[in-house]
Amino acid sequence: MTPSPEPSASALHKTRSALVRSLGRLFLDLLETGRDLYRVFVLTLYYSLRGEPNRPAFFRQMYEIGNRSLGFLSIVMGFIGMILVYQGGLQTQRVVPDLSLLGATFLQLLVRDLAASICALMLATRVGAGIAAEIGSMVVTEQVDALRMCATDPIDYLIRPRFLACLSMFAALVVLAAGVAFLAGMWTAHAFFGINPRTFANVSMVSVGDLTIGLTKCVAYGAAIPVISGYCGLTAFGGSEGVGAATTRAVVNSSLAVIMLNFVISGAGYLIFG
Amino acid sequence: MSAEPSSAASPLADLAQRSTEWLSVVGGFGVLFIEIARRTLRRDFDRQEFLRNLYRMGIKSMPIVTVTALFTGGIMVIQAAPIVQRYGAYGLLGWGAGFGTLREIAPLLTALMINGRVGANNTAELGTMAVTEQVDALRALAIDPVGFLVAPRFLAIVTTLFLSTIFSDALALVGAAYAGLGFLGVEPAVFYRGLTTGLLGFGDVAHGLEKSVVFGIVIGLSSCHFGLSTKGGAPGVGRSVNATVVASAAGIFVLDYLLSFALS
Repeated sequence: MTPSPEPSASALHKTRSALVRSLGRLFLDLLETGRDLYRVFVLTLYYSLRGEPNRPAFFRQMYEIGNRSLGFLSIVMGFIGMILVYQGGLQTQRVVPDLSLLGATFLQLLVRDLAASICALMLATRVGAGIAAEIGSMVVTEQVDALRMCATDPIDYLIRPRFLACLSMFAALVVLAAGVAFLAGMWTAHAFFGINPRTFANVSMVSVGDLTIGLTKCVAYGAAIPVISGYCGLTAFGGSEGVGAATTRAVVNSSLAVIMLNFVISGAGYLIFG
Repeated sequence: MSAEPSSAASPLADLAQRSTEWLSVVGGFGVLFIEIARRTLRRDFDRQEFLRNLYRMGIKSMPIVTVTALFTGGIMVIQAAPIVQRYGAYGLLGWGAGFGTLREIAPLLTALMINGRVGANNTAELGTMAVTEQVDALRALAIDPVGFLVAPRFLAIVTTLFLSTIFSDALALVGAAYAGLGFLGVEPAVFYRGLTTGLLGFGDVAHGLEKSVVFGIVIGLSSCHFGLSTKGGAPGVGRSVNATVVASAAGIFVLDYLLSFALS
């Protein structure tokens, strides 16, 4: 560290106030986004409970979010199962030679965390980008303003069916994805480590607590992804580039939300269930 | 919405069409990769664009990479916590969390975040240019679109992901150490000792970094390919963005699996 010439007091003051100002701006922006997101979430919940059911839109969104994600999710979860069992098996072999509990540990990890979280990250990209692009292009082409002119709240008409569909399809997708990952893991364990599938399919380590944590995550992610992506879509502005930017924001913010919710729920689950 | 149930009348034709589309995408990736590699070797790409993209993709992604890495490290420790507590193996916590983080989770999650932010953005930008015929305008001016637009972006994405992975490796371990202190009462010093004594080597870090380069290539190729082949106005850009994000995410997981075999 070479001693630098002492900056004059006014220059120091100027840089310091600029720093404080930018920090304050950042904080205010975050606060404002949080407040808007909360508002969208509460309104969505309100309309879900009170509004008239819009069955066709709901089923269409269920098909769009659920059925059309099946192939993508199955591929990803199958490979995840194979990677985890292979890497975990190799690593366990370094420390203990007995691999008979590999399946039970894998199943616990899958139920407790990985099935829901990896699924959520994948759906945040696929479904989140889709929702934001669709709603964003409606905003940019002023279709949302037309909805408002017809006295229809876009949150009721656009976000609510997506919210309900995502919430109801998410648990089903997670269960299916966990099944795919477990079967792929079972095959890997059999092929590479010679573990009997019967030994591998061991549910003794999965407790009620694990199941509760897993299902809580399903509900939390299923609610967070459509609300955040819908909000990003509704706040799109500025033509087709704006839609692109909204899509990016939706994917990034939903993924971040999934990771943060995972941390919070896992931490709370560990403190409650051990 | 091309996959309406009505096309189920001839599943074979549907399958054939889908596999043709898929093969054309893979072929497009290959051709684009060769084009980019040729220009990179001849250093025939725009340096200024490269630096500009590096700033936009790398520096601007710092906040999300930081947050992701810190939380990921914490999650790894929470997941390992019940097992560690059952066997009382507090000294092994560093090894357990470090192994998974360095080899798999940090490269994977960093790649997914960069895919969402940078890959999607890149496709949207190139797609908008393609739809508004700006790419054709470049060709008309005898400016090579691959050298001017694609190669700098591709190289910037690969570099960004490689450097971000190093960054997030370090931050994830910091997050893990403090989560260990908060949830299990394991001192960070004990955590770092578990990390550095014996069981983990540079090989594990290198394994993750090699993966990150491959993930970068996947993200770069798919975002540039889908961006340039965008058709059909603004809705087309949306479709391209969606296709990129999904294709890169699936490609990342599939290649992760193959690399786990090839490198171990």
